[in-house]
Formats: sequence, structure tokens, C-alpha cells
Amino acid sequence: MPDWSAAVAKLTSLSEAIRRLVGDGDCVYLAGFTHLIPFAAGHEIIRQGKRDLTLARATPDLVYDQMVAAGCAQKVIFSYAGNPGVGSLRALRRAIESGELAWEEYSHFAMISRLAAGAAGVPFMPMNPSGGQDLMAANENYRQIEDPYSGRPVVTVPALNPDLAVVHVHRADADGNAQVDGIVGDVKEAAFAAKKVLLTAEQIVDESRIRADPGRTVIPGLIVDAVVHVPYGAHPSYAHGLYDRDNPFYQAWDDVSADPSRLSGWLDEWVYGVRDRAEYWDKLGPEVHARLAPEMA
Amino acid sequence: MSVTTEWTAAELMVVNAARQLHNGDVVLVGVGLPNLACNLALRTHAPDLLMVYESGVIGARPSRLPLSIGDPALVEGSLMVTSMYDLFAHLLQRGHVSVGFLGGAQIDRHGNINATLIGPDYRHPKVRLPGSGGSQEIAAWAGRTYLMARHERRRFPERCDFRTSLGLTDDDQAVERDLPGAGPAALVTDLGILAPNPHGELVLTHLHPGVRLESVRAATGWDLQARPDLETTPPPTPAELDLLHGLDPHGIYLG
Repeated sequence: MPDWSAAVAKLTSLSEAIRRLVGDGDCVYLAGFTHLIPFAAGHEIIRQGKRDLTLARATPDLVYDQMVAAGCAQKVIFSYAGNPGVGSLRALRRAIESGELAWEEYSHFAMISRLAAGAAGVPFMPMNPSGGQDLMAANENYRQIEDPYSGRPVVTVPALNPDLAVVHVHRADADGNAQVDGIVGDVKEAAFAAKKVLLTAEQIVDESRIRADPGRTVIPGLIVDAVVHVPYGAHPSYAHGLYDRDNPFYQAWDDVSADPSRLSGWLDEWVYGVRDRAEYWDKLGPEVHARLAPEMA
Repeated sequence: MSVTTEWTAAELMVVNAARQLHNGDVVLVGVGLPNLACNLALRTHAPDLLMVYESGVIGARPSRLPLSIGDPALVEGSLMVTSMYDLFAHLLQRGHVSVGFLGGAQIDRHGNINATLIGPDYRHPKVRLPGSGGSQEIAAWAGRTYLMARHERRRFPERCDFRTSLGLTDDDQAVERDLPGAGPAALVTDLGILAPNPHGELVLTHLHPGVRLESVRAATGWDLQARPDLETTPPPTPAELDLLHGLDPHGIYLG
């Protein structure tokens, strides 16, 4: 891993940030629960041919379906591996069913409790029992212990400290102080849990803009290693108030991912075939842009 | 199977699920049919229903049909947006959610739900399903749950291949479930409504209009018992159907 000391300016390009911060075999957490999913960063990881990654995300979503299909992953850690509102993540499912891909599975609360423990620097997180005996039998990371105070059973999961968290936000300053509008999901826990943080932002703003509304800041610059300006970096997920979730894309993905050769053609055209997110967004064209303009309240 | 063309199977399920909700319930809503059921209840008998979503949205009033639980339409006009951890810890684990909606690939006679895999071996799934999401905790900690599913024999086996979320008992010996929530209060299908008997088994309490008991038994994978005072659900009213068509004008979920 190259030296990435605080003296180095954080503001950089996405290709440079991925080159410096993602190593083969790393555990990577692309944050964002259905909202602000860092697709642009996922596509750059694919373009750079990173391999043997452990991909952790509560909801792998289309971004991990694409990264698994591109051969980046040796393992996934998740709590809901579906295409939200549509059905299956077909590439990920094929890789699991054929035995090519290792997986580690939790419920949502256990998954984000792992992040919360990692973020707080404690070794594990206790939860009340929730009847998950079958999953506990399948995943030895679940343990049942005795509450030392009441003697009642408590279920624990170990802290998750990914090598890298990638977080897409609405706005950040050059130092990585970052703000999110709308659904915040798992972004704060993921950023604090990770050893390094890569921020992609719709907008790079002056520090004064952050200071004018500090309650909206979810990630302080002090834990951020790289900041990249990536407008539309979350498509086909969305950035609240800036562009809408591309539901037709999510629905169409079901057919694309059902056929490995079609999926590989999609990757050729939309990931390998474009230089960066700006070219991807241009390629989507004005009709898609208009469709994704958020309805004004 | 269809005996009428006045409503679709999905409409029948949504209308009957909506009628189960009480005014003042705090509901952890899923997308699809549960979302429609909650929005219908909100517009009829339960104006004070509080809708909560896994994505951290509390008090949602979606103006259009959300296609995912993180849809931006859920945020506009809601009361609060909190983190996913806080939603599960502070609301659900702490006991502030009174109702949860659940579905799954398999639902067994005790209301256990499988959303994880089909096949006998976890490590070698015949069919890999999405997994729990929040359903394990919703089944355990919501005050009560409603299950919704199409009534099909393969969907309603004697026993689930995997118990993603616990039903009324944690094994076939009818051991008491030791969890804060009461578990399934009803399973609403397109043929009727099942509810738990005192032994923690789902039995048929209602048939939908025009459905015969034998057809329900034939579509159930266990020896389905019917309550002696088996009732028929009142048909969906024109008002209920109008509201539903307004909520899902393109028939994405209602068919």
C-alpha cells in the first residue's frame, strides 16, 4: 500500500483514489442503503481489474451483482441479497449456487450491528435474541452469551472493520467533511468502522457551506482519506433531491443479469467502454436525464 | 381457480390485510402489497397509522408508489429520517413497532418463514433466495405480524427448508416462543385467512367469497384444519378498489 499520509492532498480523481486505496484481497464496504450507492466507484474497481475482494454490504444491490459478474470478488458479506422491489441478484446468485463465491450472511440488524461495533471500536455488539437459530447454526460468527448483569441470553456478532469504506454523499469540502440529504442508511457506521474512507461527492463545496449547517454532516473530514468529485456517482440508485432512483433500470437489470453473455456485453458497453462517470452519464442521454429529474414538491 | 373477475387475487389480499390493521398501529412496512395495504388502511379506517420503513423513515406519507424501501417518495413529508442502526435498535428492538408485514418463499403450518434458500443443505442451496433483510427481527420484535402470500402448495409446506424468521413455535413440539412479539396474527392469502389456534398452528378462519374449503386444502402442504365457525370475508367494496387503483394506477402490484 502506497504512503497516503495526511500531508497528501485528499482531493483527487476516482481512478487515482481506487488505485491507491483498493488492494487485491481487501475487504471493501460500499455504503448506502438503497440511496447514494457508490456505483461510479464500483465501476472504477471493475475497470481496474481488482481481484479477490471481500465485498461487504447490507444489500449487495446491482453494484455487487456487477462486481461479482466482473470477477472482482472471492466473497460477499450481506443481509439481503435481492434486487430491491424486483427480485434476484442473478449474477451473485449464480456464483453462490455454483459454489464459485464464498458468502457470509446476517440479518439486517446483525449486519449493521457489526458495523456499529467496528465504528465504536468495541470487539462485538450485543443484540436481544431474535429467533435466528437456523442462521446462527450456519454462521459461526453469531454467538449466544449470557448477559453478565441479568444472566439472560444475548446474541453477539463481531465488529466489522473493512479495509476500505466507499461513501457517496451530496456534498463534501476538500478535507472530506461530508453531508447527506434524505436517507442516511449505514453510511456513518460504515465510514467510522473502516480503516480507510474514500468519499465520492455530488458537489465539492467550500468549508463555509458545511459550517453553515453542521447538523447535516454525517462524516467528519478527520476520518476521510480521499475526496473525489463524482456527479451522478450513484446512478441507477439516487441522490435525494438531485436525481431520482432509476426504477426502469432496476427492472431491466433482471433480464440483463439473467443471461451471462448479455451481462458481459453490458459491462463492456457501460463499464469497460467508458472512461469515467461523466462519459457514462452523457451516454445515458437526455431522455434518461429528464426521466430522473426529481419531482418538485 | 378464479370465481370472479371483479377483483384480482392481489387486490383481495391487500384489502383483507388492510382490514386487519388498527388505527394507531405503528407498522414496519415492506414494499409491494404490504405498502398498498397500509396506504389503504390509512385512507379508510386507520388515519393515525404510523408507517415506518427499514431504510430509517418514520411517519412516511408516500405520494406515489414506492418501488423500493429506500424510495425517495418515502422521505418527502415524513416525520423523521434516522439511520438504519437506530431504526432497528431504537424502534424495533426497543419495542416501539406494533405491527410487521412479512412474506417469503415458504410459510409453514407454524408460521415460520423461509426467505433464505430452497433445499436441505445451507452450504449447497438448490435455489438461493435474498435472505432475511430485516424480517428475522421484525418477526421477533414487532408486537404482531401479518403474513401475505399467494396460496400455493409449494409455498405452504409442512415444514420450511430454513427458518429465516420464527413463527409461533420454534419446533414441531410446539415449544413456546420466547420473544417479545406475539408472532403471526394472521396469514392473508388469495383464498382466505389463516390464524393461529391455541397450539400455535395456522388454521383457516375465513374463506374469500366464492372459494371452496376443498380448494384451500388442496393448495396447502399440511393437513389444514378449518375453524368450526368458518366465515366468509366481505367482498372488497367499490370504495376500497377505487382507492387501490389510485395507489397503483399502472397495476404494478395489483395485476
